[in-house]
Amino acid sequence: MDSYIPHTDEEIKEMLDVIGVKSVDELFSTIPSNKAINSLKISKGMDEFNVLSTLKKMASSNANADEYAYFLGAGIYHHVIPSAVNQIASRGDFYTAYTPYQAEVSQGTLQMLFEFQTMICELTGMGIANASMYDGASSLAEAVLMASRHTQKYKALISDTVHPEYIETVKTYVTGPQIKIEKIGHGPDGMVSIADLKAKIDDQTSCVVVQYPNFYGVIEDLKTIRELSKDLIFIVVTNPISLGVLEAPGKLGADIVVGDGQTLGIPMNFGGPSFGFFAIREDPKFVRTMPGRIIGETVDVDGKRGFVMTLQAREQHIRREKATSNICSNHALGTLYASIYMSLVGPNGLKEIGEHNYSKAHYLLDALESTHHFKKAFSGEFFNEFVVESDLDIQKFEKNLFKKRIIGPLVLPNVDRSSKGKLLFCATEANTSEEIDRLISVVEAM
Amino acid sequence: MELIFEISSEGRRGFIPPKMDVKSYKIPGKFARTASPKLPELTEGEVVRHYTNLSRLNYAVDVGFYPLGSCTMKYNPKVNEAAASLGGFLNIHPYQDQKSVQGALELMYNLQEALKEVSGMDALTLQPAAGAHGEYTGIAIVRAYHTHRKDFGRNEMIIPDSAHGTNPATATMNGYKAIEIKSDKNGMVDIEELRKIVGPHTAGIMLTNPNTLGLFDENILEIADIIHKAGGLLYYDGANLNAVMGKVRPGDLGFDVVHFNLHKTFSTPHGMGGPGSGPVGVKSFLEQFLPIPGIEKKGEKYLLNYSRKNTIGRVRSFYGNFGVLVRAYAYILTMGGDGLKYASEMAVLNANYLKVKISKTLEIPYNEKPCMHEFVATTEPLLEHGVKALDFVKRMLDYGVHPPTVYFPLIVHEDIMIEPTETESKSTLDHFAEIVEKIAKEAKENPKLLQEAPHITPVRRLDDVRAAKQLVLRWK
Repeated sequence: MDSYIPHTDEEIKEMLDVIGVKSVDELFSTIPSNKAINSLKISKGMDEFNVLSTLKKMASSNANADEYAYFLGAGIYHHVIPSAVNQIASRGDFYTAYTPYQAEVSQGTLQMLFEFQTMICELTGMGIANASMYDGASSLAEAVLMASRHTQKYKALISDTVHPEYIETVKTYVTGPQIKIEKIGHGPDGMVSIADLKAKIDDQTSCVVVQYPNFYGVIEDLKTIRELSKDLIFIVVTNPISLGVLEAPGKLGADIVVGDGQTLGIPMNFGGPSFGFFAIREDPKFVRTMPGRIIGETVDVDGKRGFVMTLQAREQHIRREKATSNICSNHALGTLYASIYMSLVGPNGLKEIGEHNYSKAHYLLDALESTHHFKKAFSGEFFNEFVVESDLDIQKFEKNLFKKRIIGPLVLPNVDRSSKGKLLFCATEANTSEEIDRLISVVEAM
Repeated sequence: MELIFEISSEGRRGFIPPKMDVKSYKIPGKFARTASPKLPELTEGEVVRHYTNLSRLNYAVDVGFYPLGSCTMKYNPKVNEAAASLGGFLNIHPYQDQKSVQGALELMYNLQEALKEVSGMDALTLQPAAGAHGEYTGIAIVRAYHTHRKDFGRNEMIIPDSAHGTNPATATMNGYKAIEIKSDKNGMVDIEELRKIVGPHTAGIMLTNPNTLGLFDENILEIADIIHKAGGLLYYDGANLNAVMGKVRPGDLGFDVVHFNLHKTFSTPHGMGGPGSGPVGVKSFLEQFLPIPGIEKKGEKYLLNYSRKNTIGRVRSFYGNFGVLVRAYAYILTMGGDGLKYASEMAVLNANYLKVKISKTLEIPYNEKPCMHEFVATTEPLLEHGVKALDFVKRMLDYGVHPPTVYFPLIVHEDIMIEPTETESKSTLDHFAEIVEKIAKEAKENPKLLQEAPHITPVRRLDDVRAAKQLVLRWK
């Protein structure tokens, strides 16, 4: 007996009798006997109290945002999450449901996803959004594959101001279909080099990829890039929380907008799970080359409105080797978090949060520069992250910050090997002025 | 139900963000958004009611029996959720100093070790975010192996006709040609056919064992031999691993690469279709190709290793779905090695018991031997009453259970694929068998009842054709 498996010994015996075998082992007789094993070298099971104690010990050894101030972003961000988000998302009828294959008993999931698709369209300024991908990086990789599928061209241009881990992910995904990746450099403003972009576009180019705001926090000039790459698929990676205040990429000519949804109400979770979003311009042909699940509105036999997974003829369970992607599970639970978050904050809240992020980060930069130990590295305008050069002993600086319960900025060479000696700071609405004062006092004490 | 946009009312607030406590900076006009997004405007209470009411339209494991074949809808223990919501797991950043997240790395390391033991593999990555993502990663490793050996002629991936659709789709994404191999009359890979199709173009074979008919392929050692002798590798699709934990290990059967579905076998919730987690295990000669970073232990310290020299690269950002990993690890701690074995034994017992019960009502193809964790039945004889498998299972909704998988695997006509899992009681299985019997009777006496089912669900059968033809993919 255990608390998840119900059978008593008597029941097991009754069931074996019905089956007509003497032992449970007999049911495994098709396994080659010379390969069968009897036990696993994994320690004995524990009661709930001891399981939780063990895990609490592991959890408490991690410095976390309940106790530390975070000035670290670079793809995962510490934001304020309304209490209602987790309270609702913890309902078992959401998180213990499966993919909505049986639409009649999955309208909760399907309507939620339909609403989510609408919210992503609104936020990005695009016409069509799918019901999610795994994360921002794999969404971008799928976008690059989609661009080649659509154009039948096999060279992708990616700005080197896109998150390095996203670029690495794309490089993995293009191995199979043999798409060539070329990086576009950046200028002293931290933005895509227009001259380099111009030089690299040729008749084999399928797409141009930029990030907005980019990995260094800088807001790219999407309009100019769009104008230069007229016949190409224009892919924009974005941080959705910035779109309360920044112009929607759809308004600036994006064909595909992807990104990671973590900033919309999902905790940092050591980098996952969050979800990837994937939106495209409204185009009935284009949508048929899109990866992932898509929810559509329809009616039932009584004429009542309902929602179903639609355009399934693109997907692996129907098309098999001809599918647009092998994706099956997506990250629907993450989209629930994001939907609740967006519903709670609304357009006004999102704008205020965006303004708060912008102000906090600019205030932080001013405060850092006023110590004369930091200098802004790029001249371009930024949202809630920025790169600085510093004359401080970086290791000592990080150590001193940690002592004062601060998780410091990203030291760029750790992730982006081309940026020696540079720091990527982030400030959000979750950073208080007291935290910034504390950070500055650490600098002043050095 | 009304859409959230339809109950929205301009000016309402559901959340007040933190007040600005430093001076304000103004965003230059040329970057500023020109039209604000039409997101809902509601009070917190209205938002809570909307989503709570939506949730009540869903069927879920927490609601009732969910015998969806190949999906392993076992109970999702609540201690897993409690563990995953600890602040020390939830609120940590992937780029903070490794010294400050030793507990998180230790958990991931320990989970890797446990999964290696379950599968009989030598090295592992936790990075893939779902089963299909794990498949992608595994086949990318197979590809990297052949490329590294400069064995460029291998462009074919062999896949049984009973396989999940993700297998051939994965092969294509990795630049392989999917070569379908027929099942023999026993539902196994046709060995003679296999001998004929392997050769210098064979990159490998993707197998699910037990397969999607719920049968353990008894020829597996011979299959491994044929593939290896041809220079290919064996890929194990771990979708059905819940049948064999502590009974047999894919690594011992000759598999070179394995993916796990933590959201199936290791009890993490399916989340309406994700997040899952799809770790990939490999034999030692393939370790050099695993994604970076690896999670290692040096002395008493845990660390991220970025220096695998022939890595396929990354398949996503950061280290994987950590929140899912915490849940799976909590499950392993709870069950222990013996408990995992017991789970597989009871899963197989339940499937065989239910198979016998249902065989009194429906035909069971491939019924000569015991099944593993699932089995396939067919409603084909009911076609003469105008009843299809889909009608049959839709009627189950009226009886309050979730339908099994239908029309899969593709090699059985009018099939329904049933996986009860180990967490269901004998009385639940008995009740389900009674429902099946009742519906079979209804099929003969009143087929319309099935053809028009379901009758009592929040909506009834939906018009899929209209959804695909008159695309409405967002509210306007």
